[in-house]
Amino acid sequence: MNRPVNLHSANPRQIAHAISLSRRNFLRSVTGAGAAAALFGSAPLRGMVAPRSKKAIVVTFGGGARDDETFMPDGQENIPHLLNELIPQATFFTQVVNKGILGHYVATASIVTGVYETFNNFAAVSPDNPTVFEYFRKDLKRPATDAWVVAPSNGFARIGESGHKAYGPGLGAGVILPKRLLTAALSANSEGERYQHLLRDNYETPLYAPTLAGRQIELNQMADVLKLSVDDFATHARSLASPDELSVYVAKHLMRELAPSLLWVTLHDIDIAHSGTFSLYIDGIQRCDRLCAELWQAIQKEPEYANQTTMFILPDFGRDSDLNSGGNGFQHHRTGDQLSRTTWMMVLGPGIRQNTVVDRAVDSTDLIPTLGSLLGFNARFSQGKPIAEIA
Amino acid sequence: MLPNQLSPESFAAYPPEAKRVATARIELLQKSPLAFVPLLLRELIVYDWKFPAERKDLDRQFAWLASLSPEQFAAAMAAFTKLSLAPELEKTDWINSPGIFSEQLSAHLWKTHQIDAFSAAAVEYVQKSGASGGEDALPTHRLGIVVIGQGVTNNRYRLFRKLRPLGTYFTQVKHENGMGTLLQVVAKRAAAHPEPFAHWYIDGGAPAATDPQSPLALVSYAALSPVRAAVQSRMQKLYEAPVFDPEHLRTALALTRPEEVGLAAGRDPVLDRFQLSLITEGSGTQVFATTFVQWAAREALRRAQPVTLLARFAPRQREKPMNELLTETQRNPELDPQGSLVDADMGAWYTWINQQRLTGADKSAFLVWFEDHEEAVVVAPSFERGKRSDAAIKLDDLVRQIA
Repeated sequence: MNRPVNLHSANPRQIAHAISLSRRNFLRSVTGAGAAAALFGSAPLRGMVAPRSKKAIVVTFGGGARDDETFMPDGQENIPHLLNELIPQATFFTQVVNKGILGHYVATASIVTGVYETFNNFAAVSPDNPTVFEYFRKDLKRPATDAWVVAPSNGFARIGESGHKAYGPGLGAGVILPKRLLTAALSANSEGERYQHLLRDNYETPLYAPTLAGRQIELNQMADVLKLSVDDFATHARSLASPDELSVYVAKHLMRELAPSLLWVTLHDIDIAHSGTFSLYIDGIQRCDRLCAELWQAIQKEPEYANQTTMFILPDFGRDSDLNSGGNGFQHHRTGDQLSRTTWMMVLGPGIRQNTVVDRAVDSTDLIPTLGSLLGFNARFSQGKPIAEIA
Repeated sequence: MLPNQLSPESFAAYPPEAKRVATARIELLQKSPLAFVPLLLRELIVYDWKFPAERKDLDRQFAWLASLSPEQFAAAMAAFTKLSLAPELEKTDWINSPGIFSEQLSAHLWKTHQIDAFSAAAVEYVQKSGASGGEDALPTHRLGIVVIGQGVTNNRYRLFRKLRPLGTYFTQVKHENGMGTLLQVVAKRAAAHPEPFAHWYIDGGAPAATDPQSPLALVSYAALSPVRAAVQSRMQKLYEAPVFDPEHLRTALALTRPEEVGLAAGRDPVLDRFQLSLITEGSGTQVFATTFVQWAAREALRRAQPVTLLARFAPRQREKPMNELLTETQRNPELDPQGSLVDADMGAWYTWINQQRLTGADKSAFLVWFEDHEEAVVVAPSFERGKRSDAAIKLDDLVRQIA
C-alpha cells in the first residue's frame, strides 16, 4: 500500500525549498566537481596563472531551460556536450537568480545592462541603462567592429545600445538578426512568403514581429560586414536544421572575419516550449548543447581566440515548475516561482578554475560587472557585483 | 473608479446569474481593495458559463469572505491592500473588462517587483478560502486514464519515467480491444454517477464512438478543426492590425463568442464556452494535438473537477527542420508519432499532477497506457510504488481494479 502524493494540501514554499536543495545536490554529484569555496576560498585563480583574457563570448539560452531537462538525472541525456566536454573545463555556478521580468528580451537586456530593466518585453525599445557593449567600447576606446550581438528575433534589434544619455547611439554593438537576414535573402528570391512561419519572430507571440528600429545590419550590408554573399548565406541556411544553427553559423563567421573581442549570442530554439510540445523543447535543448560545444571548439581553433577567450553560458532564466499550479510546467515562465527565476551558468577560459562548482547564489545582473573586471571596463551603472570566483 | 463606488447598476451588462451574485454580494465587493476585486469579478462575469464545481468554489469564496469579522476581513485583504497600484489602473473599466485589468495589473506587478508579494497573497487567499467550507464528499473516488502513443510501432524513449516511482509499472499488459475496454469503464462510472460534467473523454484525434445518451462530456481535437481555423484567422487579423499590443491578444481572443467561430448554438453552452477557451486561451492548442489534449485535461480537471477523466493523445503534426522547409515544396502536414509519444508521456505526468491537486487525492487512481502496447503504469492506493510487474495481466482486469 502506498500513500499517493497529495498536492491539494502541499505547501508551495516547502516544495520549492525541497526542489532547491535537491537541485544543488544533483548538480554537484553530476559534475563530480569540487567546491570553489572549499578548495580555494573565494579568491580567484587568475592571479596565480595565465594573463588576463582579452576576449569574451557570452551565450544565453533565450528560452530558459529547466534543471529537470538539463542537469537533473532525467535531463542529463539531453546535454552530453555540456556535461562531458565543457563542465570539466569550467567553473559552474549552480544558482544564478534572475529577479527581474521573465520575458526574453527584457531579461536579456537586464543581463546586458546589469540592471533589471522594466520596459515592455514586446516593444522594440532600447534598454534604459548602458549596455555592456557601450561600457566596453567607450572605456576601452574600441571600434564598432569589436562588439557584436547575434540575436534571434526582431525584438532584439535594439539590444546593442541603450538610450542612456552618457552612452547610446554610436557606442553600442552591431546587431545581427540572422532570421531577418534570411527572410530578406529569401524574399529576394521570391521565396520569403513561403517560409514566413519558419522565420517566426518568437514563440510567445508566434505570428507577431515588432517593427525594427535598431542598428542591426541589413542584407545589403552583409557582404561588406561579414564578407558573405547573399547567395552563400541562403545556400548555407538550406543545410541547417534550425534558426539557432543559423545564429551559430553567423557567429563563427563573425569570429573568422572580424574577430570581435566581445560577442554575445542568444539562442532561442528552446522557446518552442511555449507551444506545449515537450519533445520539441527537448530537441531545442539538445541542439543548444551541441552548438555550445561547437562554439567552444571554434574558439580553440581560431588563432584570434584560442587561449585568450572567456566563454560564459547561461539560460536567461528557467521555466515554471511542474508543481506550481499557476503555471503549466515547462511550457511557460509566467509564475515567477523559484524554478523559473533560478538557473545556472558555466564559465570557461584561461584563468578560470576547471571542474569547480560554486553553490552560492549569484545574480544575473552580476555578469556585466564581472565582464568589466575581466576586460577592463567599469560597468558603473550596473546593480550587480563582480563575481569573485571569476573576476 | 474604486470598489467603494460600486452600485447594483455597475453590473447592468453582466449576464443574469453573474448579475444576481454580484448584486447580492455588493457590500463585500465595495469594501475589498482594487488589487483584489477585479480578479474576483473576472471569475464572476462568466458565472453563467461556469461548471457546477466552479460555481460552488466561487460561492464558497463569497461565503467565507462574508463570514469574516471586520478585523479578519482586513487581515485577509491586507496583502492585497499593501500592493502599490498605478493610478491609471483605477481608470480602466475593471467592472466590465476585468480580464484587461488583470493583464495590466500583472504587467505593473512585474515591472514594480511586486509579483512575488502578489503571488504569495493569492496563494494564501486560495488556501484559506478553499479550506473554509471543508471538502465535499465525492460520489466516488477520482479515476484518471491517459492513453499515449497512438501510431507508434517501435519506441526508443523510456516511458513513464516520472510516474514509475509513484506506482506500479506493468510490462505485459494484454490489451485486446483496449480503447473499447477503457471506454466501457468510463461509461459505467458515468451511468452510476450521472452528475453533470463529472465524467470526461478528451481525444486528440477523432473520438471513438460513445453512447450519445451518456452524461459523458466529450471534447475532441478533430471536431474542433473548423473552430481552430476560425480562431487562427482571427489571431492573424489581430496581429496585422495597424496598432497591435501583444499584451491584449489573449483578452481580445477571450471576447470571442462561440457562435463567431462556428461553435453551434443549441448545444450545451457551458461546454461550448469551455471548448472555445481551450482554443483561445491555450498556447499551442490551435496547432498541436498533443498540446490540445494536455491542456484540455488540465482545464477540465481544474475547472470541472471530474471524478472520471479519459484523455487519449493522438499524433500531432511534425515540426519540420529548417533545411527541409527551405528545400521542399509545400506538402500536406505529416504526423510525428514518436515525438507525440514524448509529448504525451509528459502530458500524462501533468494530468496526474492536476488530478492530485483536487480533493480526494489520497483515494484517487490513475492509469497511463501505451496504446496497443503492453506497457502501463498504475498509481493508486492499492498499488505498490516503484514496483515493476512482468506478469501478464489483461488491461480489462487492471482497469477494473482501480475503477
